Amino acid sequence: MTQIPIWAQLINLLAAVLLLLAFAMLAQRRVLTLINLFAAQGFALASSTAIVAFATHQPHLYWSVGLTLVLKVMLLPWLLHRLILKLDVKWDVEGLINIPTTMLLGIVLVVFAFNLALPISQLANTVTRATLGIAMASVMLAFLMMITRRKAIPQVIGFLAMENGLFFAATSATYGMPMVVELGIALDVLVAMLILGVFFFQIREQFDSLDLQHLEKLKE
Amino acid sequence: MIGALPLIVYAIVAWLAIGVLALVPTGGGFFGRSLFAAGALVGLAIAVMALTGIGDVPQAMVLPLGLPDLPFHLRLDALSAFFLVLLGAATAGISVYSAGYFHASENESPRLLCLQYHVFLAAMALVLIADDAYMFMVAWETMALSSFFLVTTDHVVPEIRRAGFLYLLIAHVGAMAILLCFGVMQGGSGDYTFGSMRSMVLPGAWPSIAFLLALAGFGAKAGLLPLHIWLPEAHPAAPSPVSALLSAVMLKTAIYGLLRVTFDLLNAQLWWWGVTALVLGLLTALFGVIYATVQVDMKRLLAYSSIENIGIIVAGIGLTILFKANGKILLASITLVATLYHALNHAFFKSLLFLATGSVLHSTRERSLGKLGGLIHRMPWVAWAALIGALAIAGLPPLNGFVSEWLLLQAFLFTPTLPQSFINMLVPLAAAALVLVAALGAYVMVKFYGVVFLGRPREAQLAYAHDAGHFERVALAWFAIGCVMLGLFPGTVIAVIDNVNTALIGATVGHAGDRWWMLAPISPERSSYSPLIVLVVIVAVVALTIQIVHRTYHGRVRSGPPWDCGFPMQTPRMQDTAEGFGQPIRQVFEAFFRIERVLPSPFDAKPQYRVTLSDHLWQWLYLPVVHGVEFMARFAGRIQQGRISIYLIYSFVTLLALLMFIR
Repeated sequence: MTQIPIWAQLINLLAAVLLLLAFAMLAQRRVLTLINLFAAQGFALASSTAIVAFATHQPHLYWSVGLTLVLKVMLLPWLLHRLILKLDVKWDVEGLINIPTTMLLGIVLVVFAFNLALPISQLANTVTRATLGIAMASVMLAFLMMITRRKAIPQVIGFLAMENGLFFAATSATYGMPMVVELGIALDVLVAMLILGVFFFQIREQFDSLDLQHLEKLKE
Repeated sequence: MIGALPLIVYAIVAWLAIGVLALVPTGGGFFGRSLFAAGALVGLAIAVMALTGIGDVPQAMVLPLGLPDLPFHLRLDALSAFFLVLLGAATAGISVYSAGYFHASENESPRLLCLQYHVFLAAMALVLIADDAYMFMVAWETMALSSFFLVTTDHVVPEIRRAGFLYLLIAHVGAMAILLCFGVMQGGSGDYTFGSMRSMVLPGAWPSIAFLLALAGFGAKAGLLPLHIWLPEAHPAAPSPVSALLSAVMLKTAIYGLLRVTFDLLNAQLWWWGVTALVLGLLTALFGVIYATVQVDMKRLLAYSSIENIGIIVAGIGLTILFKANGKILLASITLVATLYHALNHAFFKSLLFLATGSVLHSTRERSLGKLGGLIHRMPWVAWAALIGALAIAGLPPLNGFVSEWLLLQAFLFTPTLPQSFINMLVPLAAAALVLVAALGAYVMVKFYGVVFLGRPREAQLAYAHDAGHFERVALAWFAIGCVMLGLFPGTVIAVIDNVNTALIGATVGHAGDRWWMLAPISPERSSYSPLIVLVVIVAVVALTIQIVHRTYHGRVRSGPPWDCGFPMQTPRMQDTAEGFGQPIRQVFEAFFRIERVLPSPFDAKPQYRVTLSDHLWQWLYLPVVHGVEFMARFAGRIQQGRISIYLIYSFVTLLALLMFIR
C-alpha cells in the first residue's frame, strides 16, 4: 500500500466531515441547529480548500477560501439567524418523510454517487480525486433535504448546502473554478438569499405561515 | 440603366414609409386619403416596372440586411414579375378604394390600420422577390401577422376574434410545412439560397416529400381542402378592401410559392404529383362552389367562390405537372398559361366583387342577402360594376373569366393518350367536373347579383342607400375595365404570360399569342376564339333588337300598372330569397353538408324556420384534433401538482436519470 501524503489524508478527513455534516443536516429537526450545521459545513469546505491551495501552490484558491469564510460561514448564517428571529420560526422542522427513511434514501444516494464518480476519479490526476464521490453525494443529499422539507427556510438552507457541494466538487475535480465564475456564483447565492428573504415575508403576509403547502393553491 | 429589381425594392420601401408616416401624429385629421392614394401609385409603379421587366434576364440582388453571414437574397425573374404585375395592378385599385372607404369608416384606429395595410403589401411583394428560404419565411410570416391584424380590425366582435385565431393557427401550420419543405430541399448542404436548391438533385423519395410538404403548406394559405376552414371565416370578418386583398392577392402568393417550388426549385416532376394536385384542386373547386350556392351572407358567398377559383387554379397546376412529367411540353405551356391567366382574372373580378360588397355594406350596413335587394336603382355605379364582375366570374364571353376557363378546358380536351392508362380515364372526368364547377359558379353569381341588386328592396331602410364615393367609383371602374380588357385582348396577355413559360417549362405556347385579337391554342382552324368578334356580334344583335323593337312599337307604347297575375297584393317578401334560390342545389348535394333544421310546429302562432349548414370536415377532421389536444393538455395538467416538493422531485429524478445515462 502506497503512502498517502499527509495533506491528501487531511483533505479526505475534511471530506468525510462534510458528508457527515450533510447527513446531520438531513436528520436535523431544529432550524437553529440547521443553520449552525450549515455554517460548520462552510467552515469544513473552507479549510479543505485552504489545504488544497497550500498543497498545490495555487494562490488564487486562497481568495475562494476567504470568500467562503466571509460568505458562508459568517454572512449567510448571520442573515438566516436574523431572519428566523424576525419571522419567529425557531420551531421544529416537520419533514414530509420521517427521518429514518430519509437517512436510508440518503445512503442509497451516497452509494449511487460513489458509483458514478468512480470512472471520473480514475481519469482525474488531482490529489483530491478521491473526494469527488463525496462532493456529489453532498449535492444529492442537499437536494434530498430540499425535497423532504415542508417549510421554506430549511429548503433555502438545502439550496445553499447544494451550492456547498457543487463548490466542493469543483475544487476536488479541477482545483476550483476560475475566479470570475466563483465570484459570480457567490454573488448569485447572496442575491438569491436576499430575494428569498423578501419572499418569506411576503409568503407569511399572505398565508400567515411559511408552510409551503399553502402555495399549492397557486397552481390554478 | 438601372434594372427593374432595385426600383421595385425602392417601391417596397416606399410602401413601408407610407405605413410609418400614417403613425406620425398630425395636428389636423388623418391623411388617410392621400396616404392610401400614394400607396396606390406605388402599386401601379410596381406593376408597370414588373411588366416592362418580365421578358428580361433574371436579376439578382443581395441586401446587406438580416443576420450576420446570412444576408437577404432577392431575385426577379419572369414568374416573380408576373405575380408582381398581379399584385401591383390589384393593389392599385384596392388602395384607391381604401382611400375612400377608410376615410369614412368608423374604425377606431385608422392610423394603425394604414400601417398594417402597407406592411402587408410590402411583405407580399417581398415574398414574390425573395431568393432564399430565410428571406422568404421572414416575408411570409410578416404577411401572415400583418394580415391577421387586418382581419381582426373589428376585434371587439368575438366571432371575428375567433376567425382571426383560426386563421393564424392554420397559417402557422402551413408555415411549418413550408419550412420543412425548404429544409428537405436544401439537401443537407446547409445552404438555404434558392440558387443552391435549384442545382441540388435530391435522392430517392425526397423530391416527392418536398412537393407534398409544399402542397400542404401553400395549400393551407390558398385554402385547399382540407385546410380551407379558415378562409370562409377570415375573409368575411375583414373590412371589404382587406377581404379583396386577401382573396385577390394573398391567395395568389400561395399559388406563386407552389409554382416556384414545383417548377423552379425541384428539378424533375413526377406524374403522380400532378394527379394529386389535380384531384385535390377539383375537389376543392367543387366543394367551394357548392357551399357558395347555399350561403346567405354575401361576403361568405364570395369567400367560398374564392375557394372554388383557387381549386381551379390548383387543378390547372396539377394538369401542367402531369403534362410536363410526360414530356408534353406544348400542352404543359398552354395549361400553365391558362392557370396563370385565371389567377390574374380572379384577382380582378374577385377584387371588383369584394369592393362592390364593401360599398353595399357601407351604405346599407347589411351583409345578409335576405335583407338586401333592388339596389340597382339606389347604387347604379356599384351595380353596373358588379354586373361586369359577376358576368366575368360566371365565365361569360367576351369577358376575362371565359378566356381562362375555356383555355383550361381546351387543355383538358386536347389531352392525348398519356402513358398512364387510368389517367386517361380520369382526365375526361376532370374536364366534366370543371364544367360542372363553371356552371355552378354561374349559378352562384346569378344568385348573388339577383338577390342583392335586382328585384325590390327587402327592407325599408334600403331606400336611403347611397351610391359609392369618387374614390370607390374610380376603383370599381379600374377593375371593371380590367375585366373587359383582359377578356378582349387575350393574345396580348398570353404573349406576356408566355415569358413565364420560357422560364419555368422551357417552351412557349407557340402561335397562340401571335394574334392580339384572337385566341387559338393549337391552330386557328381548331377551336379558336376571338372575343372582339363575339363582342361585335353581341353589340350588333342588341342594337338590331333595339332598332326593331323601337321601329315596331314606336308611338304605340302606353303605360299602365303591371299585370299582377290576378294577385293584387305583392310585397318584397314574396320575392325569391337567397335560401330559396340555393335550395335545389342543397337538395342535390345534400351529402356534402351537415344540415341542422328546425321546423316549426303547425300550431305555432309565430312560426320560425331555421336551417344551419356546416362543414363535415370540421366534424371529421378538426374536432378530433381539438379533442386530442384537450386530452393531452389534461394529461399534462396532471403533472402540475402545485407542490414544490413534487417539482423538486421531478428535477431530482431527471438529474439522476441523466447522470445514470452519461455514466
